Amino acid sequence: MNTMPEKHYLNEKRGWKSWLFTLDHKRIGILYLYGIMAAFLVGGVFAMLVRLELLHPGRDLMDAKTYNQFFTLHGAVMIFLFIIPSIPAALGNFVLPQMLGAKDVAFPKLNLASWYIYVVGALVAIYSIYAGGVDTGWTFYTPYSTTTSTSVVAMTLGAFILGFSSIFTGLNFIVTIHKMRAPGMTWFKMPLFIWGLYATAIIQVMATPVLGITLLLLIMERVLAVGIFDPAMGGDPVLFQHFFWFYSHPAVYIMILPGMGIISELIATFSQKKIFGYKAIAFSSLAIAFISFLVWGHHMFVSGQSQLASMIFSFLTFLVGIPSGIKVFNWVATMYKGIIRFDTPMLYALAFLFLFTIGGLTGIFLGTLATDVHLHDTYFVVAHFHYVMMGGTVMAFLGGIHFWWPKMWGRMFNKKWALLSWLLIFIGFNMTFFTQFILGTKGMPRRYYNYLDQYQPLHAFSSYGSWVLGLGFLIMAVYLFYSIKRGPVAGNNPWGSLTFEWKSSSPPPVANFETEPILKHGPYDYDKIIPERTYS
Amino acid sequence: MSTPAKHSAYLAHHFSDSIQQSDSAKLGMWIFLLTEILLFGGLFVAYAIYRAWNPDMFYNAHKYLDVTLGALNTVVLITSSLTMALSIRCMQLGNRKRTMHLLLVTLILAGVFLIVKYFEYSHKIHLGQLPGKYYTFTGIEGNNPHIFFSIYFMMTGLHGIHVLAGMGVIGWILKRTSRGDFSPEYYTPIELTGLYWHLVDMIWIFLFPLLYLIG
Amino acid sequence: MNSEAKSHYHILPLRTYITVAGALMVLTVVTVAVSFVNLGGWNAVTAVFIAAVKASLVALFFMHLKYDKKINAVVFLMAILFLAIFLSFTFFDILSRGDIYSEVEKSIKGKAVIYDTMPFDSKSAGHDDSLTVENNEP
Repeated sequence: MNTMPEKHYLNEKRGWKSWLFTLDHKRIGILYLYGIMAAFLVGGVFAMLVRLELLHPGRDLMDAKTYNQFFTLHGAVMIFLFIIPSIPAALGNFVLPQMLGAKDVAFPKLNLASWYIYVVGALVAIYSIYAGGVDTGWTFYTPYSTTTSTSVVAMTLGAFILGFSSIFTGLNFIVTIHKMRAPGMTWFKMPLFIWGLYATAIIQVMATPVLGITLLLLIMERVLAVGIFDPAMGGDPVLFQHFFWFYSHPAVYIMILPGMGIISELIATFSQKKIFGYKAIAFSSLAIAFISFLVWGHHMFVSGQSQLASMIFSFLTFLVGIPSGIKVFNWVATMYKGIIRFDTPMLYALAFLFLFTIGGLTGIFLGTLATDVHLHDTYFVVAHFHYVMMGGTVMAFLGGIHFWWPKMWGRMFNKKWALLSWLLIFIGFNMTFFTQFILGTKGMPRRYYNYLDQYQPLHAFSSYGSWVLGLGFLIMAVYLFYSIKRGPVAGNNPWGSLTFEWKSSSPPPVANFETEPILKHGPYDYDKIIPERTYS
Repeated sequence: MSTPAKHSAYLAHHFSDSIQQSDSAKLGMWIFLLTEILLFGGLFVAYAIYRAWNPDMFYNAHKYLDVTLGALNTVVLITSSLTMALSIRCMQLGNRKRTMHLLLVTLILAGVFLIVKYFEYSHKIHLGQLPGKYYTFTGIEGNNPHIFFSIYFMMTGLHGIHVLAGMGVIGWILKRTSRGDFSPEYYTPIELTGLYWHLVDMIWIFLFPLLYLIG
Repeated sequence: MNSEAKSHYHILPLRTYITVAGALMVLTVVTVAVSFVNLGGWNAVTAVFIAAVKASLVALFFMHLKYDKKINAVVFLMAILFLAIFLSFTFFDILSRGDIYSEVEKSIKGKAVIYDTMPFDSKSAGHDDSLTVENNEP
C-alpha cells in the first residue's frame, strides 16, 4: 500500500502565517489556485444568471442595465481573474520548478508579490461592482467607455494592477527557465508544458505593458479628458481598439498556450508513448507566440480600419492555423498505436482535442474578411471563443488539475464521480455553445438583452445546457475537496509519468527533491523506460 | 552544486552559485526594462500617429516648448547616467566612499532634472497650454493643438514619474551602500539600479528631439 | 569556474566612460543644430537616427550590453522589434484610413448618394425604410 511521506510542503510549517508569507512556489501555486477558483465561481454564477435571463425574450429576472453589467462582469472576471492566471500562475507555479529540477523559481519574493498584486487587483475590480458596476463589455471600447456613467475607472485600474501580476509571473518564469534548469536538462529535454509556459511568458511580458498604457490612457481620457480617443476633440476611437487588441489578441494565446502544453503532457503520459514531433510542438508554441502579435486587426474588420490593414490582418490570421494544426496532428500521431488509458486527465485531453479543433476552425471562418462581416458580433463569435477558451483552456486546465491533484495533496479523487462530472461537462458544454453557432449564423447579435421570438428555442436549449454544465462543475468541486483529506493515498507516481516532478514524493518535500536531481532520460522516453504506476 | 558552507550571506538558498544568481537578476531586470520600453511604446505610437495626421499643428505647437531647458535637461540626465555608471565601476574596484559620492551626485542631478521640469510645467500651466479640455491657450494655429499638449504632458509626466521612482531607488541603494551591504563580490542591486536609470535616460534621449526639436 | 574572476570581467577603463559621455554630449549639440536646418521630412528621420545612435551608446557601454551575456541584448532587441511591429502595423491602418479600392468603390458609388457635405439631418440622410419592413419575415 502507498503511504504518505512524513514531512512535505503542506505540513512542514503550519498556521495561516506560514501560508500568507510563504516563498515556496508550491504554496504560492495553491494560493493562486484558491484565488482563481473563487473567480471561476463568481464568473460562473454571472454566466448562469445571464443564460437564465436569456431563457425568454424580454425580462426574466433582471432589467437590461443589470444584464449589461452582468455580461461585462462575467467577461472581465473570467478573463482577467480566472483564465489568464489559471494555468500559468496556479498550475505553472506549482509544477514548473519541479519539472525543471529546480528548488524554486528564480525570484520567490517577486512570486509572492505577484499573488498579492493579484489579490489587490481583484479587490479593486470587485470594488467597481460596488461603485456602480461596468456595462462596457470586457473590451472597454471607446467612446462608450469614456461616456458611460458606470465605474469604468475602478475596473480598468483593477485590470491595470492585475497586469503587473501577470508580468511578474511571466518574468519569473522566463528567468527560471533560462537559468534554473537541473544538470542535464537541456532545452530540448524540457517537458513540453515548460515550452508552453515559456511561450506564454514571452507574450505576458511583451504584450501586457501595452495593456497597461492603454488602460492608463483610458483613465486619463475619463479623468482629464485628454482627447486621444475622443473624435469630438480630434482623437480617434479606433486607435483605442488598436491599442487594446495589441495586448488582448496575444492575451488569448496567453490563455491557450499553457493549455496546449498540458495537453502534450497528458497525451504522452496516457498513451505511454514518446511524443510525436517534440521539436515541432515546442517551436510551434513559439511560432504561435510570435504570430499572435501580428493579427490583432482581425477584431476590427468592421470598426472602420482601412481596407489595406484588414487585408493584411486577415491574411496573417490564417498563419495561426499552421502551428495550431501542427500541434493537433502531432497529438493525434502520438496516440496512434499507443497504450491509451482513459483516466480522468486523458478524458479532458480528448475533450480538448475535439472542442479545440472546432474552436480553431471556426476561428478561420471569422478571420476571413467576407464571412466576418456577416458573423461579426453575433453569437457565432461567442460560440467560437467559448470553444477555444472553455473547450480549450478550461478543459486543459481541468485535465491538469486532475493530473497534478495527487501530486499536490498526495491523495486521489474518486474516478467514478470524475467520469460522471466529465460527461456532464462535455455534454453541457456542447449543448450550451454549439447552439450558439447556429444562433449566430441565423443572425442573433451578441450581448443583446432582448431578441426576436424565432430565436427562443435555441436560446432556451443553450440555457438548459448551462445547467448541465453547472451541475458537472458542482460534482467536481465536491469530489475534489472531499479527496484532499479523505481520498486514498496516491503514491509518488500514480499515472506512471516520466517527467521530473513525479520523481519526488507526493506531496513533494519543501525543497522539491530529497536529493539533487540529475536528468538521466528525456521526458517522454516511454520507448526505453516503463515507469511504475503507484495507483490504478 | 555547492555545499551549504560555500553559500555566502547574500546567496539565496535556491541558487547554486553567485554567477547563477547575478545572471538571473540581470536577465530579470532586462525583461523588466523590456516591459518599460513597451509601456512607453504605446505613447510613442500615439505620438507618431497624431504627428502623422497633424504635421503642421505639431510644428506650430512645439515652438512653445523651451529648447534651452530641454537641452539642459538632456545634458543633466546624460551626466547623471555617467555618474551612475562610474559609481558601479568604483564598487567593482572596491572604493565604497567614491561609490557613495557618485550615487549622491546622480541623485542630485535627478533632482535638478525635476526642478527644471517643474519650471517648464508651471510656465505652461500659467499659459493654459494644458491637455485636453483644460487647454485654454489660443496662440497656436492648426487642428486641435490640445492633442500635442496631451501627448507632451503624458509622455514627460510618465517619464517624470520614472525619474521620481529612480530617485527613490537610488536613495535606497545609497543607504545600503553606506551600510556596507555591497562589495566587489556582490553589488548586483547597484547594477540593476544603474540599468533602470540608464533606461530612464535613454527614453529622454528620444523624448527630447521628438517633442522639442520638430524640424 | 572562478566566480571572482567572472564577476570582474567587465570593468571598463575610465576613459571609455568619459569618451561615451563626451560623444553623447556632442550628439546632443548636433541634434539641436540640425533641427534648425530645414530638411523637410528628413528632419524627423535625422532626429530619430541620432537618438538611436545615442541610445545604442548608452546600451552598449553604460549598460554593458557589449560585454554582457548575449541573452540580455536579445531581450533588448526584442523590445525594439515588437515596438516596431506595433508602430508599423498600426500605420497600415492610419495611413490608408478611408481609402477605398476602385473595384469596391464602383459597386458602392453605383447605388450611393454622394453628398458634398455631411448631412446631419437624419431624415434626409437617405435611410432606406423598406429594409426594416422586410425583416419581419420569419
